[in-house]
Amino acid sequence: MALMRLSSPHAHGPASTQRVMLKVLVATVPGILILTWFFGYGTLVNILFGSVIALAFEALALKLRGRPIGFYLSDLSALVTAFLLCIALPPYSPWWLIATGMASAILLAKHFYGGLGYNPFNPAMVGYVILLISFPVQMTSWAAPRGLAATPGFLESVQACFLPATFDGITMATPLDVLKQNSSLLIEDLWSQNPLFGRWGGLGWEWVNIAFLAGGLWLIQQRVFTWHAPIAMLATLTLLSALFYDGGSSASGGSPLFHLLSGATMFGAFFIITDPVSSAVSLRGRLIYGALIGALLYIIRVRGNYPDAVAFAVLIMNFAAPFIDYYTQPRTYGHSKRGEQ
Amino acid sequence: MRKVFDFHGGVHPLENKHQSVRTAIADAGIPPELVIPLSQHIGAPSNPVVGVGDHVRKGQVIAEALGFVSVPKHAPSSGTILAIEERLIAHPSGHSAPCIVIATDGKDEWAPLPDTRPYESLDKAELLELIRHAGIAGMGGAGFPSAVKLSVKAGITIDTLIINGTECEPYITADDMLMRERSDRIIEGAKILHHLIAPGETVIGVEDNKPEGIAALRKAAEGSGIEIASFPTKYPSGGEKQLIEILTGKQVPSGGLPSDVGVVCQNLGSAVAIYEAVVEGKPLISRITTVTGEAVNEPQNFEVLIGTPVSYLLQKAGYEPSKNDRLIMGGPMMGVTVRDPSVPVVKTTNCLLAPTPQELPVPPPAQACIRCGMCAEACPASLLPQQLFWFAQGKEFEKLEHHNLFDCIECGACSYACPSSIPLVQYYRASKADILHQRKEQEKAEHARLRFETRQQRLEQAEADKEAKRAARKKAAEARAKSAVDDGNGEDPIQAAIARAQAKKAAQQGGGNESEQEKLEKTVVAARKRLDTASKKLEEAKVDGSDLVDALQSGVDKTRAKLDAAEKALAALGEAHAAVAPESEPTDAAQAAIQRAMAAREAEAALSPAEKAKADLEKLEQRLEKTRSKLAQSQASAGEEKVIEALTSTVQRLEQKVEAAQQALSETS
Repeated sequence: MALMRLSSPHAHGPASTQRVMLKVLVATVPGILILTWFFGYGTLVNILFGSVIALAFEALALKLRGRPIGFYLSDLSALVTAFLLCIALPPYSPWWLIATGMASAILLAKHFYGGLGYNPFNPAMVGYVILLISFPVQMTSWAAPRGLAATPGFLESVQACFLPATFDGITMATPLDVLKQNSSLLIEDLWSQNPLFGRWGGLGWEWVNIAFLAGGLWLIQQRVFTWHAPIAMLATLTLLSALFYDGGSSASGGSPLFHLLSGATMFGAFFIITDPVSSAVSLRGRLIYGALIGALLYIIRVRGNYPDAVAFAVLIMNFAAPFIDYYTQPRTYGHSKRGEQ
Repeated sequence: MRKVFDFHGGVHPLENKHQSVRTAIADAGIPPELVIPLSQHIGAPSNPVVGVGDHVRKGQVIAEALGFVSVPKHAPSSGTILAIEERLIAHPSGHSAPCIVIATDGKDEWAPLPDTRPYESLDKAELLELIRHAGIAGMGGAGFPSAVKLSVKAGITIDTLIINGTECEPYITADDMLMRERSDRIIEGAKILHHLIAPGETVIGVEDNKPEGIAALRKAAEGSGIEIASFPTKYPSGGEKQLIEILTGKQVPSGGLPSDVGVVCQNLGSAVAIYEAVVEGKPLISRITTVTGEAVNEPQNFEVLIGTPVSYLLQKAGYEPSKNDRLIMGGPMMGVTVRDPSVPVVKTTNCLLAPTPQELPVPPPAQACIRCGMCAEACPASLLPQQLFWFAQGKEFEKLEHHNLFDCIECGACSYACPSSIPLVQYYRASKADILHQRKEQEKAEHARLRFETRQQRLEQAEADKEAKRAARKKAAEARAKSAVDDGNGEDPIQAAIARAQAKKAAQQGGGNESEQEKLEKTVVAARKRLDTASKKLEEAKVDGSDLVDALQSGVDKTRAKLDAAEKALAALGEAHAAVAPESEPTDAAQAAIQRAMAAREAEAALSPAEKAKADLEKLEQRLEKTRSKLAQSQASAGEEKVIEALTSTVQRLEQKVEAAQQALSETS
C-alpha cells in the first residue's frame, strides 16, 4: 500500500457529531412519552410531520447552497431541531403552523446564517417565537390533560394536523397562565380550587418535567454537555422564586417547586439552553449564561406578558453569548491572569 | 507517598502498549548502511570532520558541534564513509537534509574509549562537557541538547529534578522496557544528574500503567534517596509542562523555562545515555525504539543504532507492507508520517508505528464545528481550541495571539476529542507558521524603516548644518560690510566681495592641486574621526550584545574602506604632483581625452587579426542578446506590431553578422 502523509494526531476519539445528536434525540423520548400519556398523540404527530418537513427543508437549503446533501443530512441536526420545536408546539397543531415554524427554524435561523455551527440563535426557539408572535391564538391553546378531558385517539390527532378545521379538541389554560391571572386567591386556595394543579406543579406537567430532567441527567452522564448551564439556570430560578414566594399570598410568584416543574423549565434547561452552537462555551461562561437565562425566565414568567418565557430568555441570552465568552476566557497554562501574559 | 496534582484537560486514548512488551529488548543488529543526519535536534546542525572514503571506528566523532545549542555525532558502528550528501529524513514536510552515510564493515570495532573518572570527582563544567561531547540530546520529544538543558543559570536554585518516565503516548513502550530491564542504569544516571544539578529532590515520574517498570525502579532506587512517583494515566501527562504541574503543582510561566519554577526535566532515556557517557565513556550511538502496530507480526522493542534505515528495522519486526497505509515515526498522537521507509532512525525516534487502516482509520471528512466545547475540556493548556479554530479559519492573527495560540503544545488532544473530526492541530500549526512569517516580515520592514529614517535624518542634519553655516557667513559678511561703512571707508561692499571672489579664483587657478590636496586631507581627517566613533559604538554594542552589531560592523568596514580610498587618492595625488611639478604644464581635459582615444586605437591596431575578430564577434553577440531580450519583452507585453517586426528583422540581421564574424574568426585562426 502506498504510504500516506497525514498530520498528527493519527488516533481519533469515539465521539462523533451524529452520535451526539442521536443521544439528544434518545434523551427526549421519556418526555415525549409522558407528554403523549397526558395530552394525547398530538405531540407525537407534531414530531412525525415536523421531522419530515424539517428534513425536506434542510435538503432544499443544502441543494440551493450547493452542499453535499447526504453528508450534511446525516449529522441529524435538522432532526434535533424538528424534535425540539415540535415538543415546544402545542399538541394538535395544524400542519401549516408546523411548516411555518420549521421553515423559520431551518431556513431562516440556520441556513441563512451559514448552516450548522454558524447560527447565532437557537433555531428551534427562533421558529417558536416567530409562531408565537404571528399566531398567538394557536400557540397559546394547550390541550387539556388526561383526567380533565378525554384525549383524542391517533387518527383524530392526525386529522387535527391535516384537517384542522374539522378538529374540535378541548383546550385549556396552562397552570402558569392560571397563576399569572390570579390576583385574589392565596396559593393554597388556588391549588385546592383549580383542578389544573397537581401535587407540586401543573397536573401532568410535573411528570413531563421530571421526564425531561431524567433525559437531561442521562445526557450529562453521557458527557454530551456539562452540568454548568442547566444547574445555573435551575438554581437561579429556585432562588428567585423562593425570594418572591411571599409566603403563598395572592401576589406570590409561585413556589420554587412549582416553577421547577411547570411549563418548559426542565425541557429548556437540558435541551434548549445546552445547544452548544448558540450558547457560551467556556465553563464559567456557561454558568453565567445559564444563571441569566434563569433570571430572565422568572422575570418574564411573573412580570411579563407571556406565561412562559424559555424561548425569549434563550434568544436574549444568545445575543450575549459571544460577549460572555470574551470575558470568561479560561486562564491559560503558565499565565498569571485570564487573557494576560 | 508524594502528593500528585492534576492538570486541566487530557484524554484517554486506547493505550495499545501490551503488544510490544511481551519480549525482551532485542538487538536490531548492524544494517549494511547507516545514515546519520547532521541535524537531529533543535539547534544548529553539526559539521562533518570525516571525508568520503575514510575508515571510521565505532564511537568515533564524525561531525562536530557548531555553536552552543548543538551536539557532535559519532559513528554508530565501524566502516567506511560512503557519502556526505542530502538524504530523505523523517520530517513533516518530507524533505531531505545533509547526512553522513557509512557503509558498515560488520566488525563493529570500537574506537579507543576515553578514560573515565568517578562522577563524584567531576565538577559541573566537566560533567556538562562530557554529556555534550557524548552527543546526548533529549530522547523523548524535541531532542533538545541535554547539556544546554542542564546548564542552569548561576543564582537559580533547583528544588526538583524530574526524570520523565511518563511515556504517555499510546503504543510506545521504549521507556517502559528500559525501566524493566535497565532500572540500575536509570538510577545511576539519575544519581549523576542529581550530583550535577544538586536539587532539593530528584523524582522519577511514571504513569501508573507501567506497574512492572515502577516496581523495578523502586527496587533499584532503594537507599538512593531518589523518589519514584506514579500518577494516573492520562494523555499528555508526559508533556514537560504537564509533568511539572503533576509533580510540583507549579506551572511554568508562559514563554519561560522550567528553571523559573525551580525545576529541571530530563528524559529517562537521556538519563541512561548520560550514565553510559559518564561512567563507561560511550557516546550516544544507539537507542531503544518500539516497533509496533498491526502491520508488523512481532511488535517489540529494539536496541537500534542511530542511522539505521527504518525499512531495515521494520523488516526485523516482520513488517507487512501490504497491510500498512501509514507509517508513523513517534506515537499516534504526535508522531510524524514517513512516506519513504529509507529514512533513518534518529536520536528522538522512540517508536515506529505501522498500523493497518482498520486500526487507525483515516479521519472522516470534517463536519461543521458545533462549538460543543469538548476540545476546551480536553486542552491541557486551558486554551479555547474552537475559538482558535474560528480565528485560524479567518486568519485573525491578532486574536489568535490574544487567545494564546503560542501556548498550544500541539499534543492533539483537541483533535482527538472533536466529534466533528476537525484537524484542529493542523490549523494551529499553519497559523503559528503564518504568524512567525509575518513577524519576520514586520521585523524586516521595521529595520528598513529605521534605516530610511536615520538616513533621512542625517541628510536633513547635513542640510541644516550647511544652511546654518551659510547664514553665519551671511551675517558675518553683513557685519563686515556694516563695519566698513561705519569706518567711513566708503568702499562699496559689493565691489569688495567681487574683489575677494576674484582673488580667491586667482589663487585657486594658481595652485589648483594644492587645494585638491587640502580637500583630500580634510576628507582623510574626517573619515578617521568617523571611523573612531563608529569603532567605539561597535565596541559598546558588542558589550551590550545589541542586535545592531552587524549593522555597525558593516558601517565600520565601509568607513575604513573610504578612509583607505581617500588616503590612497591623497598619496597618488602627491606622487602625481611630484611628477607633474617639474613640467608644471596644466593638462587640458580635452587633450587628455584625445590622447586616451588615440591610445585605444593604437591598442586595437596592435591586436592580432584573430583577436580582433574575436572582439568583434563578442560585441555582435552582445548586441544580438540585447535585441533579442528587447524583442521578447515587447512580445510579452504585446507591443506594437511594427516594433516587433523591426526588432525581428534586426535580430535576423545581427544573426547573419554574427555568422559572418564567426566565419571570419575561423578563417583567421
